[in-house]
Amino acid sequence: MYKYSKQFTPYLFLAPAAVILVLFFFVPFLESFLLSFQSYRNDIYNPQWVGLENYINLFHAPVFWKTLANTFIYLIGVVPLLVVLSLVIAILVNQKLRGIKIFRVMIYIPVIVSIVVAGIAWKWIYADSGILNYMLEKLFDISKIGWLTDPRFALYSVMAVTIWKGLGYYMVIYLAALTSVPKDLYEASDIDGANVLQKHLAVTVPHLMPTITLVSVISSISAMKVFVEIYVMTQGGPLNASKTIVYYIYQRAFENLDMGYASAAGVVLLVIVMIMSIINVKFFEQNKQPIA
Amino acid sequence: MNLKKILAYIVLIILAIISIGPFLWLLSTALKSPNENIFAYPPILIPQHFTFENFTGVWKQIPFMGYIINSFIVSGITVFLNLLLSALAAYPLARMRFKGKNMVFYAVLATIMVPFQVIMIPIYLMVLKLNLVDSASDFAGFAGLILPFAVNAFGIFLMRQAFLGIPKELEEAAIIDGCNTYDIWLKIFMPLVKPALATLAIFTFVGAWSEFLWPSIVLTRREMYTLPVGINDLQGVFSANWRYISAGAIIATIPILVFFLGLQRYFIEGTTQGAVKE
Repeated sequence: MYKYSKQFTPYLFLAPAAVILVLFFFVPFLESFLLSFQSYRNDIYNPQWVGLENYINLFHAPVFWKTLANTFIYLIGVVPLLVVLSLVIAILVNQKLRGIKIFRVMIYIPVIVSIVVAGIAWKWIYADSGILNYMLEKLFDISKIGWLTDPRFALYSVMAVTIWKGLGYYMVIYLAALTSVPKDLYEASDIDGANVLQKHLAVTVPHLMPTITLVSVISSISAMKVFVEIYVMTQGGPLNASKTIVYYIYQRAFENLDMGYASAAGVVLLVIVMIMSIINVKFFEQNKQPIA
Repeated sequence: MNLKKILAYIVLIILAIISIGPFLWLLSTALKSPNENIFAYPPILIPQHFTFENFTGVWKQIPFMGYIINSFIVSGITVFLNLLLSALAAYPLARMRFKGKNMVFYAVLATIMVPFQVIMIPIYLMVLKLNLVDSASDFAGFAGLILPFAVNAFGIFLMRQAFLGIPKELEEAAIIDGCNTYDIWLKIFMPLVKPALATLAIFTFVGAWSEFLWPSIVLTRREMYTLPVGINDLQGVFSANWRYISAGAIIATIPILVFFLGLQRYFIEGTTQGAVKE
């Protein structure tokens, strides 16, 4: 902004970050497209150009569609609950109550603890002779459920862990936004005789629309790339029941060393993530109410 | 009014139990001696025969100290590089006019749109090409773990936001006093953005500390394992010995829990700055 800064100075400041971003983002980003047209199957040191073969194989692989479907089930199951429940919790812990800070800290703890540890803790709860099955059996006479070993339940059991771990994170984002809601608006709706739910629907939700957008974008994108929970708890099984697209990419690339094929799957994921963030932002911009 | 409060507390207590219950159950299992049934009904939360045997047993078999040191090295250097590179890059973006500024800005923004998982394969091949792998040397292994995460858009935007908030009179005064651009950055701006630096440091540390996917891809030698990779291994090593697995998982949680409880104020408040990225 000032004529005193020499011509090259800005670029010198940018250089170190630029080197890292070019080496570990921009070049790999472009390369991921190139890789998707190559095959590593015959010789992993000398990939060959195969044109669209990887994409054709990918679209003909039932497992790919299965993992894609699983990823969307994940998204649809996890995002609305995270967006809504975290907001409800944020409103709850935004009250002036004795000891409220301790509750905030406790709800945030799952965020801070390694997902690997969380996965292990839940695996122990979900175990066939684990505490969850014991309680259900004794309290409701429900016979043992293979939470992580039954194809009907595995995906949903892992989803529950993702939701459990995410609530505190989004709660804090909402908490920050809640401080900006003018208090007199609540008083006004009190005078109008609104109940708690009406009050928040009329005042809090419209005011928090930008934050709700942010939370849904962040949580959708992180749902699309879910991996560690699955790796730790089910390894994608049983019978691919809990395998998501990132897990599939990981497996094909680093277990089967089929880098080209996995890159093609990566490009598909990239396209989906980009379309999603655009839709998400557009959708919420239309519904955004002007902030008084 | 009072009934409302009681109701709020009941919901809060349920939420708290759901949040920390799984860890308490893990702790309880880790503290039970081998002659106590960990599958008892009703489930026993407070162990009847307290023992630290599981902790000492698992500590002897798993090189936790090594994992923790590796994690500290990786997280510490990652934090340092992120602070330095973000603060450097953010400075001209916030305070200077130069050719290509908009392009740089949008290029940084674009990196947010592309998740690491999508480009991890070419990043892996890049790391191999540069020979930044643990089979070459410990140093190369650490470099390969750290460099892909040495800077990111979140950090650059956070620092840019902080720099934008500094009044330009300070800058002008420094220029009149004969400071060069580098001095202004280091001596005037950096001290004024300490809160933003602290926020960035804390979040980068936690992120690096819990990173699992990348180290599990690039690491080949057990001595180089970071904590999350090491803990995941517990499941394989102690297949169904849930007392040992639990004890190991609890040990692994202690460092980050201490870090969090000590700085929890920054976590709950700090995200405020992260949330308003624009």
